[in-house]
Amino acid sequence: MTVTNASPEIKSILYLNGVTKSFDGFKAINNLSLDIAPGELRAIIGPNGAGKSTMMDIITGKTKPDKGEVRFKDNIDLTRHDEADIANMGIGRKFQKPTVIESLSVWENLDLALAGNRNVWQTLFFKLKKAQHERIDEIMTLIGLSEKRDALAKNLSHGQKQWLEIGMLIIQEPEVLLVDEPAGGMTDYETMETARLLKEISEHHSVIVVEHDMDFVRALDCRVTVLHEGSVLAEGSLDKVSSNQQVIEVYLGR
Amino acid sequence: MQHRSILLKVLQTSHGTTLISILAAAIVLVPILNLFVPESSFLHVPTFTVTVLGKYLCYALLALALDLVWGYCGILSLGHGAFFALGGYAMGMYLMRQIGDRGVYGNPLLPDFMVFLNWNELPWYWYGFDNGFFAMLMVLLVPGLLAFVFGWLAFRSRVTGVYLSIMTQALTYVLMQAFLLNDFGFGGNNGFTDFKDIFGADVQSDATRIALFVASGLFLIGAYFLCKFVTESKMGRVLVSIRDAESRARFLGYRVEHYKLFVFVLSAMLAGIAGALFVPQAGIINPTQFEPVFSIEVVIWVALGGRGTLYGAIIGGLVVNYTKSFYTGAMPEMWLFVLGGIFIISTIYANKGVIVGVILSVIAMTIFQPLAQAISEDFYQFILLAVVYAVLFSSAIYFDRLYDLAKSRIAATNWFTNLNQAPHTEEAKS
Repeated sequence: MTVTNASPEIKSILYLNGVTKSFDGFKAINNLSLDIAPGELRAIIGPNGAGKSTMMDIITGKTKPDKGEVRFKDNIDLTRHDEADIANMGIGRKFQKPTVIESLSVWENLDLALAGNRNVWQTLFFKLKKAQHERIDEIMTLIGLSEKRDALAKNLSHGQKQWLEIGMLIIQEPEVLLVDEPAGGMTDYETMETARLLKEISEHHSVIVVEHDMDFVRALDCRVTVLHEGSVLAEGSLDKVSSNQQVIEVYLGR
Repeated sequence: MQHRSILLKVLQTSHGTTLISILAAAIVLVPILNLFVPESSFLHVPTFTVTVLGKYLCYALLALALDLVWGYCGILSLGHGAFFALGGYAMGMYLMRQIGDRGVYGNPLLPDFMVFLNWNELPWYWYGFDNGFFAMLMVLLVPGLLAFVFGWLAFRSRVTGVYLSIMTQALTYVLMQAFLLNDFGFGGNNGFTDFKDIFGADVQSDATRIALFVASGLFLIGAYFLCKFVTESKMGRVLVSIRDAESRARFLGYRVEHYKLFVFVLSAMLAGIAGALFVPQAGIINPTQFEPVFSIEVVIWVALGGRGTLYGAIIGGLVVNYTKSFYTGAMPEMWLFVLGGIFIISTIYANKGVIVGVILSVIAMTIFQPLAQAISEDFYQFILLAVVYAVLFSSAIYFDRLYDLAKSRIAATNWFTNLNQAPHTEEAKS
């Protein structure tokens, strides 16, 4: 497993400053600023429409912001790159709805995500090395799908698909993982397992988790950012933000 | 256990291998049956039939090319006929230049239609086509370049799905309009015909016709293996991921537009080769080849044979065209109904059963042909067809069950045999 280059020179692995994005006049993101340190695990919560998914779209290059800075490792301007570039630089993304390649097997899905050259010719003549083979096996064990090696992804349960997608993220060896609602549609047991898995991953990577489930966020035991109407409402430990009066009003709805 | 029936063995080999073996056998057998079996014999294959079969092979190659982009990468091209026609026109230009002064007007430099239009010199884009090597290069380059430019623009702007299909349709339509113009310099609506020589041999001679048939077969087999290599490589899995979840592929770091462009250009070149082989066998190339309807028919061949299988596309191309020849010969007014019917049924049973069903229907048609010709009343023909199809589809479904049964029996036997050997692990393709 490659360890994140948490080199002392890098102050923030991901840095958003004054980012604004509007769709047809509606400001999905409004002057949003966010600073993620290398190796940090961060949970982002917020009611529906708070701009969480748009924020992920902006970081991963799917959406270009109207204004503001989006920087990766202090000096890479992410707004100048597209999805494939950003993925190759080391930002991996898990979608809200589990998105695996349904007609490929678990093994093939991981092989596809395996870190390596993504160029057309390299892919055409690609031969798997022994170390890479072992790496896939290792990840399959980590996500608990070793027994499902040759099962088609479409035959997996919802929770297994979520894990497979997380596995695909890890094997991509990104420096930052953006994880959108990993516990969505999971049983309580699966939710806790996923929290454990993410904490394990965060030992070697920076991880940003967007989540609704408060038990899950509590299990992550990390710094929490509350988004509301496209900007940051509060930041701090879960206990601290959940006692914040504004947060209680907009989010907890009391 | 040692003496499994041949039928079971055939069923056990992959469809693709079986099909390629049949094609290879046909390439060897058909010329032998044509050249060495006396004409009076039942087994003799007339040269006319050899050419017809050669044309089917070209159609099958076109279907294969479409399956590569549609079946594996999800690009539903409704304009693949354009690449086929461009390859055909490149070959046609070569064949026209080979006529030399044997044309009606006897002009050594200009093809007849240019003389007719009172042109005095050869347009610049006709230069070089008297050279066979150059012309063959153009067969690949012209469709390839068009696919590259079109794909570059479309895939970069992320045009997908129906919008892309409509654009490909427009592409072939626009080309048809252009090629219909006399001033465009490609013979207008008459196109090119009256070919004389190809690579120094008489186009009409039996030997050339057989050579063209064999060449079509060899190119088809070669293209099959090329497509198989591409789809079974890691790239094949990238293509499937683009087909099934394009944004996932992007966020995995694959530059989707490059992959699409690669298969699209490769596919266009294969279609160009198919067109180039088709033209000397058909003896004509004109703008009807650009008609959108033709491109849509190709999609039907692939859909029928089984999309995303490669071998299915080949079978679809061969079988639908054979069926078409049969119907347009025996009862022309029924053909479009039959095609529509086959298409509807193939969407319902989009499975291997369709292939089996189609094969059965062909066999049955051969049997019913005399019967169908005997009955001249349209109403009876209709009833007859209905009955034939009812029988066929029930038998197709039945055959499908038999097939599954045979397969499960093989699996059971294998499992039993393998108990004594190393544990059976299916190595993932790498």
